[in-house]
Amino acid sequence: MSLTTSSLTTSPLATSPSTTSPAAPAPAPLVTPVVLAGRRRSPVLDFCRRFARNPAALVGLVLVLALVAVALAAPYYYPRDPLRIVGRPELWPFTNPRFPLGTDSLGRDIAAVVAHGARTTLMIGLFASLTATLIGVGVGATAAYFGGWVDEVLMRVTELFQTVPNIIFILTVVAVLGQSIGNITIAVGVVTWTPIARMTRAEFLALRDREFVQACRAMGMGDVRIMLGEILPNALPPVIVLSSLVVASAVLFESAVSFLGLGDPNVASWGGLIGQGRTLIRSSWYICAVPGVAIMLTVLALNLVGDGLNDALNPKLRDR
Amino acid sequence: MRRILLRRFAQIIPLILGVIVLNFALIQMSPGSFLDVMTAEQQVSDPAMIERMRVLYGMDKPVIIQLLKYIWSVLTLDFGYSYRQNETVLAVIMQALPATVILMLASIAIALLVGVLAGVVAAVKVNTLWDNLISVGAVFFFAAPTFWLGIMLMIVFSVRLGWLPVGGMRDIGVDHGVIGIALDVMRHLALPALSLGLFYAAMYTRVMRASMLEVFRHDFVRTARAKGLSGAQVVVRHVFRNALLPVVTLLGLQLGTVLGGSVVIETVFSWPDIGSLMLDSVMSRNYPVVLGVLVLSSLIVAVANALVDIAYFRLDPRIRAR
Repeated sequence: MSLTTSSLTTSPLATSPSTTSPAAPAPAPLVTPVVLAGRRRSPVLDFCRRFARNPAALVGLVLVLALVAVALAAPYYYPRDPLRIVGRPELWPFTNPRFPLGTDSLGRDIAAVVAHGARTTLMIGLFASLTATLIGVGVGATAAYFGGWVDEVLMRVTELFQTVPNIIFILTVVAVLGQSIGNITIAVGVVTWTPIARMTRAEFLALRDREFVQACRAMGMGDVRIMLGEILPNALPPVIVLSSLVVASAVLFESAVSFLGLGDPNVASWGGLIGQGRTLIRSSWYICAVPGVAIMLTVLALNLVGDGLNDALNPKLRDR
Repeated sequence: MRRILLRRFAQIIPLILGVIVLNFALIQMSPGSFLDVMTAEQQVSDPAMIERMRVLYGMDKPVIIQLLKYIWSVLTLDFGYSYRQNETVLAVIMQALPATVILMLASIAIALLVGVLAGVVAAVKVNTLWDNLISVGAVFFFAAPTFWLGIMLMIVFSVRLGWLPVGGMRDIGVDHGVIGIALDVMRHLALPALSLGLFYAAMYTRVMRASMLEVFRHDFVRTARAKGLSGAQVVVRHVFRNALLPVVTLLGLQLGTVLGGSVVIETVFSWPDIGSLMLDSVMSRNYPVVLGVLVLSSLIVAVANALVDIAYFRLDPRIRAR
């Protein structure tokens, strides 16, 4: 059978590396409002309460919100091009009140670069995750819903993308299609969709033959409408968790690409700043340290939020 | 058993074909052929000469013929000729391969050792200070970009303390026989392997901890305790072995990323391996080498994945039964 072969050839645990949850298709929670003891409880409120129970997730959320605030404020606070030379090169942080985080090897304001870099990072992270989610959900849902040779072919393609080493593939795509933000975003999305596809497939497989889907079929609903309107909302919670974690890995990939000097040269980015400051680690190591801390905090916050979402959305793991 | 092994390895072939087609498609999509780069670099402007080169490199043929020819030559282990290094692509890659494999193996060893140990300690001492310290450390290393971690380690250990070399693979002029060379290489290997390994160690720590805690709840653990085994025996002989499975799985899934991660790490430490070759080839549109690296690294990952699956077979009899 196609199901057993494809699940055997790839390793049985098909979750993203950063989630520790097993891939066993958990019965997905219903997102529609649940009527409990005659009283309607808002699922949104319920979700918030569960999310708030996790202090680490709250810290992550605060950090992410702070980052978003910095990204939004950057063009007002530093209205001019952040890659402009503004002062003496290699000024240490906290020495000149005009440049709180110092200046880099060319005399650019590190604070401005970091603030504008937050915009770049968030944009690429969000859109790459969106790309990955669209591809992943599309592939996974189609594979599971139609089964048979469609499943077989799509899972082989998924395996193909899992086999190609990520960074090497991103570098190739960026090199071949050109160094622009759009291409980096697409490249990152194209390498990160595979866990989402597997998760969606597992969820769809579990839901495909449930009564409510059969009822929809009996009513004569079209395949697309059943997939998008009926199954997908039920399969969504774990997929959302994975997508939020993909944002974190997209941030890491983007920083690596710009660190290697293959990022968009006209855009301020954290990885690029580290790459340029690397030659000066003997005299001015802060040029590398500052943007690195920014990347780390961002990824950390996104991971914490992802874990919090996981706890809040997956009722099976919630009460551990 | 042998039939399953054969089938598992046979599945690699379509995978590699897929990689070839994928990359060939990518390169066809690119603006500007590598002929343009070549002629620009060598300052060739004579149209007759360019036309002769086009024919020489088979670029006048239809795309599908080029693809078929490429697939055929890859299957005969001929990856083409690198005009930059003036050597066959296979030779160029093979020169860089040992360094890559050493770095990969070393970082995986560090990741497994540190990750599994930390995970076990955290799970055994769950909800104590140890557990919290380990978990915070894991979260920290999981979020830090590897190349940044590498630079920070370099600042501390090479620049400030001066204990370890800044980069490269061997010191010039060190020649004290095999052992001397091995020690020298290990000194150079320490920082790159550590910075790459710690990221994965963080991941394995989390997985190992969760998996240990999961196994602790099983009935057979209670049985083992009930029949009077010591705590250490229960942990090592019963829980640990069963908890290892998810780590093995993750290891298989991660091999590709380890290989990719080494590309970034080695530019930090100028470790002479596939990464620098890849970057150089990407920058100069040396497509035969780019394709060769992609195909070969995918092959390495595919084979490693197959090996992990087989290890899984040995570790978990339930899978064998299927």
